[in-house]
Amino acid sequence: MSLLEFENVTLKFGGLTAVDDLSFDVQQGEVFAIVGPNGAGKSTVFNLISRFYDPYAGAIRFDDHDLLRVKPSGVAAYGVARTFQNIELFEHATVLQNLLVGRHRHRKTNMISEILFMPSARRQEIESRERVEEIIDFLDLQAFRDKMISGLPYGVRKVVEVARALATDPKLLLLDEPASGLSVEETTDMRWWIEDIRRQMGITVLMVEHDMGLVSGVSDRVLAMADGAKLALGTSAEVQSHPAVIEAYLGKAS
Amino acid sequence: MRIIFKTNYMQDIRPWKDGYQFSLYLILLAAVAAAPWWLDDFYLGELTNVLIWAIAGLGLMILTGHTGQASLGHAAFLAVGCYANVILIETGVPFLIAFPLAGLLTGIVGATVAIPALRLHGIYLAIFTLALSVLMDDIIVLAEPITGGVSGKYLGGVEIFGHLVDRWATPGPFFWLVLAVAVIVTLGYINLLRAPLGRSFIAVRDSEVSAQAMGVDIARTKAISFALSCAVTGLAGALMGMFAGAFNNETFSVVISIQLLMMIVIGGLGSIHGAFLGAIVIGFLPQFLSISKEYAAALFGGSTVAIPGLEFGIFGMILIAFILFEPMGLYGRWLKIRTWFELFPFYRKDMFKRQKSYLKTERLR
Repeated sequence: MSLLEFENVTLKFGGLTAVDDLSFDVQQGEVFAIVGPNGAGKSTVFNLISRFYDPYAGAIRFDDHDLLRVKPSGVAAYGVARTFQNIELFEHATVLQNLLVGRHRHRKTNMISEILFMPSARRQEIESRERVEEIIDFLDLQAFRDKMISGLPYGVRKVVEVARALATDPKLLLLDEPASGLSVEETTDMRWWIEDIRRQMGITVLMVEHDMGLVSGVSDRVLAMADGAKLALGTSAEVQSHPAVIEAYLGKAS
Repeated sequence: MRIIFKTNYMQDIRPWKDGYQFSLYLILLAAVAAAPWWLDDFYLGELTNVLIWAIAGLGLMILTGHTGQASLGHAAFLAVGCYANVILIETGVPFLIAFPLAGLLTGIVGATVAIPALRLHGIYLAIFTLALSVLMDDIIVLAEPITGGVSGKYLGGVEIFGHLVDRWATPGPFFWLVLAVAVIVTLGYINLLRAPLGRSFIAVRDSEVSAQAMGVDIARTKAISFALSCAVTGLAGALMGMFAGAFNNETFSVVISIQLLMMIVIGGLGSIHGAFLGAIVIGFLPQFLSISKEYAAALFGGSTVAIPGLEFGIFGMILIAFILFEPMGLYGRWLKIRTWFELFPFYRKDMFKRQKSYLKTERLR
């Protein structure tokens, strides 16, 4: 069953075609990677799913919903969570608070009951914290629970962002370059986490990544893009040996 | 250093860390509540003034400190709250209903203003709200039949359950009224911050794109923040009117707006403590200046003539000093001092240094 579906999606910024007639689908339960040189439109695909941009043409469907009909803040409600290429955490809040914001889509209380902190608000807080603690344990963030984001090293921030996305209990997790700027060891950790997210939590993962080691290690299928268009789609080995992909990365042999 | 061993979720959810901290705040509250017995009427009046400013500061703190929307126009909402309260009382509504209603009305006005204001960011929002503050002066003059225009309005004491509460005749009960409002607003604020709504304010402040990706509706959250902020400011305005006794279009000028913003910056943006600490500085500084001027005059034999602009000059200098040397405000300074003692001798100089933010994802607007 396909969870996410792109159908002939085109996005133009003025004269620049950022995404050109792109079609692909992500199956339930798989790890799907998008690769391509810089400027290929990989992050733009993510921003299209997050509804930051309106496509010029085409359709995006998620879990049988027309994604183009919801507001950017409504995407999370369907069960899509994401991380950002350059880390967009809430800097002046603690790790715990960041993760609790991830629980926002499960909020059932209203303003009045929260200001009075009625029993319903208390129950909801405890439920949120139980789930958040599970994720903290899962990603080994215990040592940083009450630390401010602004004082954390880059590698930890990267993990906190994944944790915050997981806290929303998503069906689909979008990871925008999860390994960029990480050491070899941290990249290995990230690799096992992605495996576990898929296996233990049953979450479908869509990621953009440059590290081909990570991509071939975890992904079931890979989409290669260049200049906004699809070059190849298949297993990691198929895509890496595809002539169009080699040409996009290395140029044409003369 | 006290290390708290956490064994259940309520330890994180409740507002105090442990019984020790809780009892400290109780003692503080008891000492302040007993002020009418250990302070003379002059200083009791000053303390009342500080508390009213603190309530107004809490109002602005919701919007500026926690949601990150600068407002230079909150004096306008003080005015709305003040006039709404007086006009309701004049039409015969009992104070205990008129007062919360004044807050509610100001909140509604704030939400209405928020709808166009939401589209603006940073400096543009500041200019918009500044214009609002300037406009309010004219609106009060133009709406003379309701507001009394330039000649203003007068509010004597009010009755609560048959007891007279008046700034001059019964300063004690008036102080308790203000203290009760301050405590209730603070408790509501604390509750807000430990619930999803307060956290969504912080999310909007720190990163709009990722707040959106987490399912936070930016426009709605900002509007709610604006409305809550204005409602609390309206309550402070109502109390300010009762404290002043008489007021007109010039009472809630732009200067008050700027002072309010200065106050929360000096106190420490993004903390409830900051509103109170800032109010203490803003409230006591004029008195401190006039007392030290008299003292200096007595010491050096000079005259005690007023120096025009002295107060604002010093306010401005304090503000500049804070922005340069202590952007976290008085509360931030206190946190540093406390950490220094807790960790002695292991405090490091850069512990609170903010790391340079990494390049943000494309801003999309």
